[in-house]
Amino acid sequence: MSAHAPFEGRVWLFGDHVDTDVIIPVRYCVTADRDELGRHAMAGADPDFAGRIARGDFIVAGSNFGCGSSREVAPVALLGAGVGAVVAASFGRIFYRNAINVGLPIFESPEAAVACSQGDLVRAVPEEGLLQNLTSGRAFAFAPYPQQVARIVAAGGLENYVRERLSKRRPR
Amino acid sequence: MGMTLAEKILARHADRPATAAGDLLHCRVDRIMATDITAPMSIEVFRRMGAERVHDPDACILINDHFVPAKDIRSADFARAMREFAAEQGIRDYFEVGRSGICHTLIPERGLVGPGEILVGADSHTCTAGALGCFATGVGSTDLAAAWALGEMWFRVPGTIRVEVEGEFRPHVTSKDLIMHLVGRLGVEGARYRAIEFGGPAVAAMPVHARLTLCNMTIEMGAKAGMVPCDAATVEHFSGRDRAVAEGPFPDHDAAYDETLRIDVSLLEPQVAEPFLPSNVRGAGEFRGVKVDQVFIGSCTNGHYEDLAQAAAVLKGRTVAPGVRLIVTPATQEIYLRAVRSGVVADLVEAGAAVTTPTCGACLGGHNGVLGRDEVALTTTNRNFRGRMGDTSSRVYLANPAVAAATAALGHIGLPEDLP
Repeated sequence: MSAHAPFEGRVWLFGDHVDTDVIIPVRYCVTADRDELGRHAMAGADPDFAGRIARGDFIVAGSNFGCGSSREVAPVALLGAGVGAVVAASFGRIFYRNAINVGLPIFESPEAAVACSQGDLVRAVPEEGLLQNLTSGRAFAFAPYPQQVARIVAAGGLENYVRERLSKRRPR
Repeated sequence: MGMTLAEKILARHADRPATAAGDLLHCRVDRIMATDITAPMSIEVFRRMGAERVHDPDACILINDHFVPAKDIRSADFARAMREFAAEQGIRDYFEVGRSGICHTLIPERGLVGPGEILVGADSHTCTAGALGCFATGVGSTDLAAAWALGEMWFRVPGTIRVEVEGEFRPHVTSKDLIMHLVGRLGVEGARYRAIEFGGPAVAAMPVHARLTLCNMTIEMGAKAGMVPCDAATVEHFSGRDRAVAEGPFPDHDAAYDETLRIDVSLLEPQVAEPFLPSNVRGAGEFRGVKVDQVFIGSCTNGHYEDLAQAAAVLKGRTVAPGVRLIVTPATQEIYLRAVRSGVVADLVEAGAAVTTPTCGACLGGHNGVLGRDEVALTTTNRNFRGRMGDTSSRVYLANPAVAAATAALGHIGLPEDLP
């Protein structure tokens, strides 16, 4: 994931409390394969979602997105389906950590969550903490990442972050 | 300013004299738990991190519980990956099928985490163990792999909601009803990013298994941890597990809480949560007459021996209603054996129950009781999200074991007093 470059996509709108059983039902969870998981992303809400979205499209949702189980395959499935970012009024705690860790861009903006419509074209400008709705012409600020989260995002995910830390620890 | 229990434990693990909500800490973790459904991904990530050995094999716990005994070839391969990793890394706390159980019940049963410690687990209901006075929280597979590699984890110190509980439970009302009432009151994000600390005379009087049920569902409000400080009952629990612990740590008297709630359980009736959120909670009586296809008694919420015994007492001398399936899953092998020896299993089987080996199974729609199209279930589990137990059109109601047993006998939702 590029932490800073702006990117854009169309909006797919969802409501409040989209839980991980909806994002990736457990019957699809016996794999760690991103592409396979991606084919079933959001199957609990819309079985055709994965086939219909274009790479880079945004999910825009209400509060508590990703509540429920700790299954990390939830953000991985969204990445596999080609979701470019998730914008929500708020996120479930474990999903938030998981998304940051696996490199799925997520932005918290209660204002954007209620001011986007299905199919709107939006652009995220992470460096400026902005989400622009190019269809409506409105722009929304999103909450900056806490410092530790920003470090992980800058490293491109927790895997890279830990790899860097381990290599520094290891005597050459 | 004093500290809450969560603040106190997190500060100690970061070698800080004090901390407060909002601080970011790097904490040592005492125990690191994964299961057959989450460990395989952690293992892949661990290797990609360039890690070779876990930081401390004796901190690691690996438990076969979700898709066991293997439900298909892929779940068999998942379990094998975890088994081989345990052997390769010298992890002694590896629990094989037949000597295992649902992680959140097995960990307290074996005394694997103690008061004042930090447990991180790759399962959202890891918060259950907070009932023992530790800080226990659920994480994903990459966070878990990082903890294996580094032996530590970063946390934002959560604010705490204090819940003071008083009064005596009425018959057929349990800590499950108390926690469902609280989920209904606060909502599914009412404790997001926060800890919930339970206290008061009704909690002091509560046996450990009931406290586990209480802390188990704090994640259903988005909580990072649910906690009961270690008291005399907790010490006794551990002494039965050959582990000596002292009472405490306790929160300071002048700890700063986000809010304090008071609940009188003597006013509480059995609760039911209707689809599709665990916060859709009302008195069980309001759902009388809702027809069910399946009743499930088990899970990390209500798979304790006392839960099975409560259900068996309601069902003894009765039978499961025609057209209804009752599935009962003891949470651990030890509970299963105790229920066999005490006659609880016989009572359940005589009533027409299918009693399965310990597994998470039906609760998450894994196996051993998956729901088909348009089917309705009442369960003693913790989540009723859309499609949670099977087909997207199926519907799940949550309740305590006595209500579940009565519902199985009636064929529709009802209370023990409704039984002829």
